Amino acid sequence: MSLIRTEGLGVQIGGTRILEHVDFAIERGEIVTIVGPNGSGKSTLLRAIIGAVKPTEGRVGRAPGLKIGYVPQKLHIDPTLPMTVGRFLNLPQRHPRAAIRSALERAGLPDLAGRQMTNLSGGQFQRVLLARALMNTPDLLILDEATQGLDQPGSAAFYQRIEEVRQSMGCAVLMVSHDLHVVMSASDRVICLNRHICCEGQPEHVAQAEEYRALFGSGTHGALALYRHTHDHAHDDGEGCTHSHDHDRDHEAAQ
Amino acid sequence: MMMLDDFMMRAALAGLGVALAAAPLGCFVVWRRMAYFGDATAHASILGVALALGFGVSVFAGALVVALIMAATVSTLSGRGYAMDTLLGVLAHSALAFGLVAVSFLQGVRIDLMGYLFGDILAVGKTDLAVIWGGAIIVVGLLVWRWQALLTATLNPDLAQASGIDPRHEQLGLTLALALVVAVAIKVVGVLLIAAMLIVPAAAARPMAHTPERMALIATVLAAGAAMGGLPVSFALDTPTGPTIVCIAAFIFALTTGAAAIGRASARG
Repeated sequence: MSLIRTEGLGVQIGGTRILEHVDFAIERGEIVTIVGPNGSGKSTLLRAIIGAVKPTEGRVGRAPGLKIGYVPQKLHIDPTLPMTVGRFLNLPQRHPRAAIRSALERAGLPDLAGRQMTNLSGGQFQRVLLARALMNTPDLLILDEATQGLDQPGSAAFYQRIEEVRQSMGCAVLMVSHDLHVVMSASDRVICLNRHICCEGQPEHVAQAEEYRALFGSGTHGALALYRHTHDHAHDDGEGCTHSHDHDRDHEAAQ
Repeated sequence: MMMLDDFMMRAALAGLGVALAAAPLGCFVVWRRMAYFGDATAHASILGVALALGFGVSVFAGALVVALIMAATVSTLSGRGYAMDTLLGVLAHSALAFGLVAVSFLQGVRIDLMGYLFGDILAVGKTDLAVIWGGAIIVVGLLVWRWQALLTATLNPDLAQASGIDPRHEQLGLTLALALVVAVAIKVVGVLLIAAMLIVPAAAARPMAHTPERMALIATVLAAGAAMGGLPVSFALDTPTGPTIVCIAAFIFALTTGAAAIGRASARG
């Protein structure tokens, strides 16, 4: 049985249609990435899946007893709220001290339990968010543009960590991402969303699809090719940079 | 219960009861940026006082009901895209104005308006004491019971939702607790200064705390200290007790915040 299954999901917020006719499912152990221009409803789909947004049409089914680990797009911690890393990992459930220590070690942050969350670097903060989401050994890990604000090596390392997590914990991963070429390498399945699901399938398949090219331009195809190139040789000829910047601009324009 | 026969003892216990409930709840008010919300609820309760006196029911019940209505109104409107600070400003001050006008209609009963605006802790009776401590125990019980869920929902509503916590329920719980604290604190500090008892101790505790629990605990101790200090000071200087308690809390805030600023400066230099 699927961990999550939406049937004919539609969401309207303030009279605006954000999502319509979304039929989506994710299976145990699968890595699925949602791509789409800004305003295409990616975050709303994730929020409908966790239950933060009520569907106006259709339904969202969850496997019984499903445990979700959620890494939000941004987490603003109010400066009036004191919060150490160790305390944060104990939300919403408390865990034994040893479990916290080993979670921090796995995240590569062994000495930071007493550090204030607001004093972490962007990369450390992101790793702590991920570590917290993994504390209750979720069946499904959901990440909403989790690498926003990280540099290229930072986000590459982050996605590598996600892949390791999948290997070791066997959880499914559902993520929204703008790092198109990373997405292409790291996912079993890509869903291209623009209010409805335009196309979906294996990364290679989606990159070839008309609908996908219409949204992202043909530059993306180059990014995929580049990815494969660097995968074999592990060097960067600079072309990838111009490509990914172009995508960003495409996204802004689509907003 | 001989000791409760002394009015100073009753006043001290009343102050402690309010401090116990208001300080930890005030931490959530600060963390969630609900300060104005607390103000609006508190100011509205004067209307409840007037209605209660007019209909001859208990002031506590009247204040509680109107505070609840106000809190529910604000909660409902807050999700609908109104400019919240403007809306709260309108509601808080118009509720206060309506309350004051309503009080002026009450003939026959001579009402000590000042007593409700600024509190009259020295006039706390045994029944008041029971109401204050009953309310305080309910509020603290709620906070302890829901602590982890409240904290998660305060940090980020979606984070709570993904873990199966409904952030709207937690918000509702805080709203109810706020109305209850307002209702029990009227006698002690009055409607104008209830928000101060919520916010000032929490703000004073912030520089000394590294975790949310520590902050709530320190805020409670500081609030209790302000209440205990305010009584003898107001007695010695012959000043109104509620405002004196708040003044002492404000001094504590200035001390902790100043000390933290000096600590930071010397750490840099």
